Amino acid sequence: MQVIDSSKTFDVIIVGSGAGGGMATKILSEAGFDVAVVEAGPFFDPALDEHRTQLRWPWESPRRGASSNRRSFGDFDAAFGGWNIEGEPYTKEKDTEFYWFRSRMLGGRTNHWGRISLRFGPLDFKRKSVDGLGDNWPIGYDDVKPYYDKVDKLIGVFGSNENLPNDPDGFFLPPPKPRLHELYYIKGARKSGVPVIPSRLSILTKRINNQRGSCFYCGQCNRGCSAYADFSSGTCLIFPAQKNGGKVTLFNDSMVREVTTNTEGKATGINYINKLDRKEYHLKGKIIVMAASACSTARILLNSKSALHHDGLGNSSGLVGRYLHDSTGASRSVLIPDLIDRKTYNEDGVGGMHVYTPWWLNGKKLDFPRGYHIEVWGGMGMPGYGFGFNPNDLNKVVGGIVGGYGDSLRDDVKKYYGAVMGISGRGESVPQRENRCEIDNEVVDEWGIPVLKFNYKWTQHEVKQASHMQDTFEEVLTATGGILLGDKPGADREYGLTKPGEIIHEVGTTRMGDDPKDSVTNKFNQMHDVENVFIMDAGPFVSQADKNPTWTILALAWRASDYLVEQVKKRNI
Amino acid sequence: MDRRDSLKSLLVGSVAGGLMITGCAPNAEIEVQEVPSIPGYGRNEKEKLHDEKVLAEIYLNEHELETIAVLCDIILPSNADFGSASDAEVPEFIEFIVKDMPTNQLPMRGGIAWLDSQSNKLHNLEFKKLSDAQQKAICDTIAFPGKTDPTLIPGENFFTRMRNLTLTGYFTSQMGVKDLDYKGNQPGVWDGIPQDILDATGMKYEPEWIAKCVDQSKRMDIAEWDDDGNLLN
Repeated sequence: MQVIDSSKTFDVIIVGSGAGGGMATKILSEAGFDVAVVEAGPFFDPALDEHRTQLRWPWESPRRGASSNRRSFGDFDAAFGGWNIEGEPYTKEKDTEFYWFRSRMLGGRTNHWGRISLRFGPLDFKRKSVDGLGDNWPIGYDDVKPYYDKVDKLIGVFGSNENLPNDPDGFFLPPPKPRLHELYYIKGARKSGVPVIPSRLSILTKRINNQRGSCFYCGQCNRGCSAYADFSSGTCLIFPAQKNGGKVTLFNDSMVREVTTNTEGKATGINYINKLDRKEYHLKGKIIVMAASACSTARILLNSKSALHHDGLGNSSGLVGRYLHDSTGASRSVLIPDLIDRKTYNEDGVGGMHVYTPWWLNGKKLDFPRGYHIEVWGGMGMPGYGFGFNPNDLNKVVGGIVGGYGDSLRDDVKKYYGAVMGISGRGESVPQRENRCEIDNEVVDEWGIPVLKFNYKWTQHEVKQASHMQDTFEEVLTATGGILLGDKPGADREYGLTKPGEIIHEVGTTRMGDDPKDSVTNKFNQMHDVENVFIMDAGPFVSQADKNPTWTILALAWRASDYLVEQVKKRNI
Repeated sequence: MDRRDSLKSLLVGSVAGGLMITGCAPNAEIEVQEVPSIPGYGRNEKEKLHDEKVLAEIYLNEHELETIAVLCDIILPSNADFGSASDAEVPEFIEFIVKDMPTNQLPMRGGIAWLDSQSNKLHNLEFKKLSDAQQKAICDTIAFPGKTDPTLIPGENFFTRMRNLTLTGYFTSQMGVKDLDYKGNQPGVWDGIPQDILDATGMKYEPEWIAKCVDQSKRMDIAEWDDDGNLLN
């Protein structure tokens, strides 16, 4: 097959349209660059009725919103794809586990995430200095703070200034009032000495400009907002960049195979497969921004082999794909007897929790390093597929018949509706060199591109952290006055620790650093080996913190884009 | 239950049967079999193709669908305020979901066959033809997990699956959502828990916490901050 060449040379080619790619699109197009955005999935705009899932009812879906391989989080979740994408497999090393969530669509996984928008704190950039494990970032909080501030104002995040040393204040919109089950959480947590503060989500409780609306409290951010009142890369970065008159060309359904290089080893463009005609095209660019997600970027780099880059592009350190790490997770739930047979009212609120617990034990002596935050869920949500399964199982804990048939099943379902609350921990793991994704030399996807093989194992640090979570959950949930549900998972089940990848916070595959032998990019996300390639997804993260990565991806992509513009002006690239 | 009717009610807004159209040429009447479809609910192209494929498939036969309808209404009969599971079109939902989730196929087909076999053993009649009392007597032996005779466990497994699909089908239907009295899924303004609910549960908001929260009368104002991140409006 012949590669079809383009005559045009773009100033910048951005691979991927998620958080990092979207930010790069906005900043670089506004700086006057002619930008190509190459996205492996179709166009998506939640304001278009044919794309809209927001405010739809369960019966509009013949499977009542159930999940499928086409949408892992159900028919009404905005994110296409998920854990498995037909025709695009990945493999795992024997006896290891990794779950890889991918969204092929404009905006990528910013269409899926829970909008939890936490800044890293000063300690999060220097964890090695605290516990001697892993590595410090080459930058600190002060380097990123101005960009976090700008992201807060550009995109909008609600929260509250609490003056907590490692959970920095910002430019917050006011948070919504807690829901009833969240008051029970606050009560239980306070009794247990666990602090609770308003959550920090990128949802507009007030307007921030004339282009985006204010939240109308349907609780469905995961479905994508037709009023653009929450963050996603398309609605908040790419569309505004286009409307501002920026030179932005979107290449949808375009699966990047590799970055092409010249004889000096400098990048010259990319090769991609147009999924609609299945033909391969070459796009020329002076600068390449990789923002395909930590693992997809690693895959493309490792597949971009040449005489000068024989182990993959920019991989002289051998670290591309290594230090892959995800957040830890564990959960527990409780039945709150006060909430049995509750009076119904609309408590949809915003899409996600209104309150949360930031990590509260920095500096305390514990048998594991680093920490976790606690998220809260519950309430009288909209039913979807699975609602009503085992309708009276909770009779096991409060007494009554389990099973049966007849009109009483109706009453059982209504009795327990909104009476269960759950909490989940999301924690920081310690990055390991051996945890990695690499090219599986035996398997290709339907586009003929060699796929990733994962090789990931938790260490005792993460297992012990999950054990601490379970002890905390038990104490807090008991203090709510509720009845704990399920067994407390013990050592045999690694304390309910989620599998690597399941929290969808995978980062670290192209980590940044000052030493080219020990890192893939410099502290401005620029590849050590290839000066005209930048990586603006979560690949350059040295460590993940217990914070969700998106806000830091956005801040670092803005910072890297500013640096890129400056370097071009200085004619250094 | 008529299979064509069941499909028709599933395919809201489309014509499931044959449609006669008259072509331009004289005497050229062609019967066009319209492709089953459902109104859009935000599907991408891959998903549309999948739905069309599943809708065109047939898995459960007439007898199986009739038996499912009988079971649905034993599991969830009508009451004074709301209809039965079949009034809420749960059998149609089950017909679809069994095709859409193939892991249901063998357990449903085998389960119905088991039920008929049990019914034949006891009454020499298939299940759907038994009297209400006879049907319920069989259900009583398989509807209570933990109390089932070990020889009837396959029946219990099937009944549990039927109960789950019936309840989830009902409570995700228009009727079921109304019955549940879910009040959301509409644009509104969340301004906290209603006072009567707070009073009834003995919970209250702390003034310091509420002081941080959004003043909903200013939700349409564009936010402004001072240099230290204090919201000015």
